[in-house]
Amino acid sequence: MTALLQVSGLSKRFGGFVALDGIDLEVQPGERLGLIGPNGSGKSTLVNCICGTLHNETGSVRFADEALDGLTAHQRTRRGLARSFQLPRPFASLSLAENVRIPILYSVNARAGGHLHGAAIDERCLELLGMVGLAAKARQMPRDLTQIEMRKLELARAMAADPKLLISDEAMAGLSHAEVDEIIALLIRLNEQGVTVIMIEHIMRAVMEFSQRLAVLVAGKKIADGPPKDIVRDPEVVKAYLGE
Amino acid sequence: MASLVDKTVVGAAPGLRGLPFTLALIAIAAVIFAIGRWYNNSYAFFMAYVVAQYIVLGTAWNILGGYTGYVNFGVTAFFAIGAYSTVVLHKLVPALPLPVMIVVGAVLAGLVGIGTGYLTLRLRGVFFSIATLALAVVVQTLITNWDFVGGARGAYVLRPRVAPLIGGEYVQYLFLLMLGMCVIVLATARAIERSALGYGFAAIRDDEAAAEASGVPTLRLKLIATGLSGGFMGMAGAPLPFYVTYLDPASGFSLNYAVNAIAMPLIGGTGSWLGPVIGAVLVGGLQEYLRVTISSAVNVLVAGVLMVAFVILAPQGIVGLFQKRKR
Repeated sequence: MTALLQVSGLSKRFGGFVALDGIDLEVQPGERLGLIGPNGSGKSTLVNCICGTLHNETGSVRFADEALDGLTAHQRTRRGLARSFQLPRPFASLSLAENVRIPILYSVNARAGGHLHGAAIDERCLELLGMVGLAAKARQMPRDLTQIEMRKLELARAMAADPKLLISDEAMAGLSHAEVDEIIALLIRLNEQGVTVIMIEHIMRAVMEFSQRLAVLVAGKKIADGPPKDIVRDPEVVKAYLGE
Repeated sequence: MASLVDKTVVGAAPGLRGLPFTLALIAIAAVIFAIGRWYNNSYAFFMAYVVAQYIVLGTAWNILGGYTGYVNFGVTAFFAIGAYSTVVLHKLVPALPLPVMIVVGAVLAGLVGIGTGYLTLRLRGVFFSIATLALAVVVQTLITNWDFVGGARGAYVLRPRVAPLIGGEYVQYLFLLMLGMCVIVLATARAIERSALGYGFAAIRDDEAAAEASGVPTLRLKLIATGLSGGFMGMAGAPLPFYVTYLDPASGFSLNYAVNAIAMPLIGGTGSWLGPVIGAVLVGGLQEYLRVTISSAVNVLVAGVLMVAFVILAPQGIVGLFQKRKR
């Protein structure tokens, strides 16, 4: 089986600061990968390099047997790589339904054979909002939402692009225990529908519950990669999190 | 679930479709022009021309400023490119019909719009605005030092005495052309609002990174916006030499055009095609009234004060006030 996402030798510097240093990472189709690491370890930078928001100096990203290097962020989204933002970034002047409409118009409809029109788009918008429990608020504006609803909208919008791979960047930070469970259940449901998911998270309970495999970033390097149970006992990882 | 989907719930706006809307616009324009012919007062035509010109300018500004969220202070650059392209064409080929000159002016200004967009759209917010301001200064300096179009002395364009095709005074012909441009610009603006393009513009306005992540090709859309916006501004400026008959850089690049083109959409409402129309009719009409009754210098003050008042008290403009009431 070939990997869905294949990151090899990826490095990124900001001036003299090396944010990512030769990262290798593979994600298999249908997998649930947890990506963890202390603050400033380069998790979000890695996501930004994979999604094309930032451009890596060296190394390459392959997705679904195609090199993504040099492609812009929107071209990568159209190829099936969607992400949610760490801090929710809704389209503030558009209603919830219109928020999820944008990726349908610009990603789904930009693909060969994926054309939705008129009522079919409206239906799909409601379906996506329904998936995260926001269908009743389709006409409301993002400013009317609570924090968890904002995260759900963020996920619904990422899913609206109909991705093969969803990268969820700290979708649970600041949420309550029950709300975290809700998001985990949602992500697992998406995974069962065939979407590969990379989850970036600080909340270890969520990571352990969700992930089939864990990768650990520390100071721009990947120091561990494997089954969650082994990873949390790995001396290197323990050292990075707790010190010696 | 399908049967439960109410169209208005999910966004598809109600109202006329594109073609009937355009036909309605043409009908309204025809009625306005017919009333003008019946009233047959040349001052009324001169005044109505200015209001129609601001409908075009304001709508053009709104495509980039209101829909896409990029505030362009360089309105006069595009407007004057249209006006001076007419001066050049008139000197080279005096027999060229005005509509052809208008098309040339629009295309030139549109190309400059795309070029400017390409160079400056990596700038965000106020930095983009300052760059467009610089563009206005650069174009004005070039024109002022270009002897062929009269340089700082200005250029004379003789207005034919009689309007072609329709007869009567020539200003009636100018007004008719400007009305036609209003129809083109408003039909385009409304079509944008209801299309994927309009949603793309709105996504860029709200959050560019999120727009990219949603698959919106932001650079291409921004170039479409600057091209259309600049082109329409040039189009509005192209008949100007025939209207004023004497054009010099100081009047062609007058601050009035820029202030009004920004103030009118802001006062009327930037979210809808109707906003710039309301703003242009209201502010343009008021300015003309005050110019005649009080002083010719007071009109910029009116636009300035109203713009400040609306930005503070009603940021959604007059259209926004009515929409709020409806909710």
